[in-house]
Amino acid sequence: MLTPESIEEVQEAVRSQERVRIVGGGTKPALSRDASLSTAKLSGILEYEPSEYTFTALAGTPLAEIRDELAKNGQFLPYDPPFVEAGATLGGTVAAGLSGPGRFRFGGVRDFFLGVKMVTGEGQAIFGGGKVVKNAAGFDIPKLIVGGLGQWGVIVELTFKVFPAPGEFATLVIETADAGDSQDLTTKLARAPIELFCLDSDSQSVQVRVGGLAEAIDARCGRVQSLVGDRSVKILRDEEDSRHWSDVREFRWVPGGHALVKLPISPGEAEGVDDALSAIDATISKRYSVGNNVVWIAWPDSLGQSEFDRAFAAADQKRLALTGNWEQPSQIDPRGAVFADRLQTVFDPGRKFAG
Amino acid sequence: MSTEAFYKELSRIYSEDRLLTRNAQLVPYESDGLTSFRAKPSGVVLPQTQDEVIRTVKLCHQFEVPFTARGSGTSLSGGSVPVEDGLVIALNRLNRILSYEPDQRISVVEPGVINLKVSQQAAPDGLYYAPDPSSGPVCTIGGNVAFNSGGAHCLKYGMTSNHVLGMKVVLPDGELCTFGGSSLESTGPDLTGMFIGSEGLFGIALEITLRMLPKPERYYTLQAAYDSLEKAGNAVALVVASEMLPGAMEIMDRLSMDAANAAIGDCYPKDAKAVLIVELEGTNEEVEAEKPKLHAVIEESGAHIIEAAKNDAERARIWTGRKSAFSAVGRLSPDFIVQDGVVPRTKLGEALAEIDRLADEFGIRVANVFHAGDGNLHPLVMFDGREEGARHKAEELAGEIIRLCIRLGGSITGEHGVGLEKRAFFGEMYGEADTEFMQRLRAAVDPLAIANRGKKLPSAEAPALTSSGAHPLEQRGIVSRM
Repeated sequence: MLTPESIEEVQEAVRSQERVRIVGGGTKPALSRDASLSTAKLSGILEYEPSEYTFTALAGTPLAEIRDELAKNGQFLPYDPPFVEAGATLGGTVAAGLSGPGRFRFGGVRDFFLGVKMVTGEGQAIFGGGKVVKNAAGFDIPKLIVGGLGQWGVIVELTFKVFPAPGEFATLVIETADAGDSQDLTTKLARAPIELFCLDSDSQSVQVRVGGLAEAIDARCGRVQSLVGDRSVKILRDEEDSRHWSDVREFRWVPGGHALVKLPISPGEAEGVDDALSAIDATISKRYSVGNNVVWIAWPDSLGQSEFDRAFAAADQKRLALTGNWEQPSQIDPRGAVFADRLQTVFDPGRKFAG
Repeated sequence: MSTEAFYKELSRIYSEDRLLTRNAQLVPYESDGLTSFRAKPSGVVLPQTQDEVIRTVKLCHQFEVPFTARGSGTSLSGGSVPVEDGLVIALNRLNRILSYEPDQRISVVEPGVINLKVSQQAAPDGLYYAPDPSSGPVCTIGGNVAFNSGGAHCLKYGMTSNHVLGMKVVLPDGELCTFGGSSLESTGPDLTGMFIGSEGLFGIALEITLRMLPKPERYYTLQAAYDSLEKAGNAVALVVASEMLPGAMEIMDRLSMDAANAAIGDCYPKDAKAVLIVELEGTNEEVEAEKPKLHAVIEESGAHIIEAAKNDAERARIWTGRKSAFSAVGRLSPDFIVQDGVVPRTKLGEALAEIDRLADEFGIRVANVFHAGDGNLHPLVMFDGREEGARHKAEELAGEIIRLCIRLGGSITGEHGVGLEKRAFFGEMYGEADTEFMQRLRAAVDPLAIANRGKKLPSAEAPALTSSGAHPLEQRGIVSRM
């Protein structure tokens, strides 16, 4: 395993290897199996100017370090990245294209990623995007990198936009009759002008996070309550609120012996997915997140990848396994392949980064 | 293969009224919102279906004819100026909203759909499409996608790219691709994001899935007047340092206020050097709680007049003034160049002072209207095109302003795109190696370089440029430059 400490060393490393697989914090083990290059020594925040709402950090910087630094200035990462406490890095989060439940409010990792310095398959160091919050020059290489699982090159340095953190959060856990009830309520809340931070659900409850100025938080909870009818509601504040979402974000609900699978859906598909899962095994743990835009599934190792792909063969949005031993953890939508392949001939003509 | 054969093939697709080749028919397509640039295409086609667009692109590829896709032609960077002797594919008739699903909060549209129409259709459901370029009543979603258009409300919700979930596109050789879908989440590389803002170089978007947001139930719009531009700039820093995240923060300087006053009646104080517009938006209770905080910050910033819109009509008046500023400047000067550079927010004061100094040095008036919240400047460099050398001098000053933005660590364009206008500065922003890399990307996608040739990236091929007056749409007050 190579552990370059500078962009020059990354260039050298890429030139010296025939096949390059990159690992950051290793929190998504299915995606970093047989890694050959680690970003462990490419770590640290390089620039952070709170009044710009931007920072630049090296790819291997742990998200926890960034979270803590931002918090000192009352700011946060609005896309709410997962696995912060488990040790995920900024670069790994971008490569895997992961956002957490809080992306419901302002957008995902793609929406806050402004600029990238990276090393291509030919060992060339390139810069894409910009360092200011608004920039329409050049091709939007930062966006391309998101979700690319390292196929375009080694991410070395990243610039992000951040936002001021809400003064206070509160969470309403709304009991629902069943999965269908959860989905109906989710649809209703997603359309309401009440600016929710998180909108998640499972078959027992819908979980809603509100945030903002401390003096308005009670009124905001009241607004949500006024929309849920006579369903029973439990409100989580302070510690309880942050622990709840930390458990969600860290996927502590995924039992051992299960692969964690991300399945993007459109809100209207939630019911069908639920039926399909129930038909296979009603006890499979899953969480509908971001207002029914993604399902996180704890898939039993005993069933394996092939069973999953049989069940969801028709999904246009393809799944991504973050843990577990699937032969093909990522499945890419082939309908964009012509475009992607052409770009790949420039980023990685020797296909060092491909699989 | 000859042009004649190419047009013969086109005539199999298009009836005479949708295949324009006569001189008089072509004139309206010679330029766009940036009237300094003009080039004559050999023809214009008006497709009505996606299939016609695909067949046209395939013919262009087969005959190696450069093409430019065009919507309403409101580009402010010359992005939709045709390639000399190339083909214009005018997409205005592909203007169907293919599906609108309020429960899923998406709208699937064709590229010729007008920006404002998307929000209008969703209004009864309390939803809207967030990106709001000033040309919203006329510009098309296809053009917004090509140029990653912004607007006054980018600070909180971002640009076009942050609101497109998926697309069906035709690449420059006629290959079809589908990116993304109708979910906010995705797996695999974000090809949607890569395509957006490519200024037509990667091909044409045929179907675009837009993300709709619940319309904020409450706006609180405040206008503060200052005796110096610097104080207004500092007020922005103070708001940013507070816990609030306004939907928009805009500054106008004295000259732009004069222009707006002349155009739409006296709506700005005569004794102010700058006005700042700050708009809070959100739920009733949040806006109620933020109001006193905002007032405290603005008072602390030394504003001598603070006015808040008491109702929708007053809010509309404030925004009409702001959004009319560009075209209003036409009342102060026969011609002007609008710039779109971005500087780090902390360097706003420095940038404005330097622009002032440059304006004095060149002896040219520069009005300033800008999206202060995200450091996106819109200096309006005024000149009279009838005076010999005036345009050249104005362009030189505009170039200096772009270089200033690069020097301060910003960008040459925040939302108008590079187009024809800023290609010369592209290399200064990205450097030789990165520029060359992007040229290679373009060549990989479009080896013949037929898709909107001569735009965005610096290159040898440039269309013939001639001077002219205001854009016809602008003269009629339909579009304004922002």
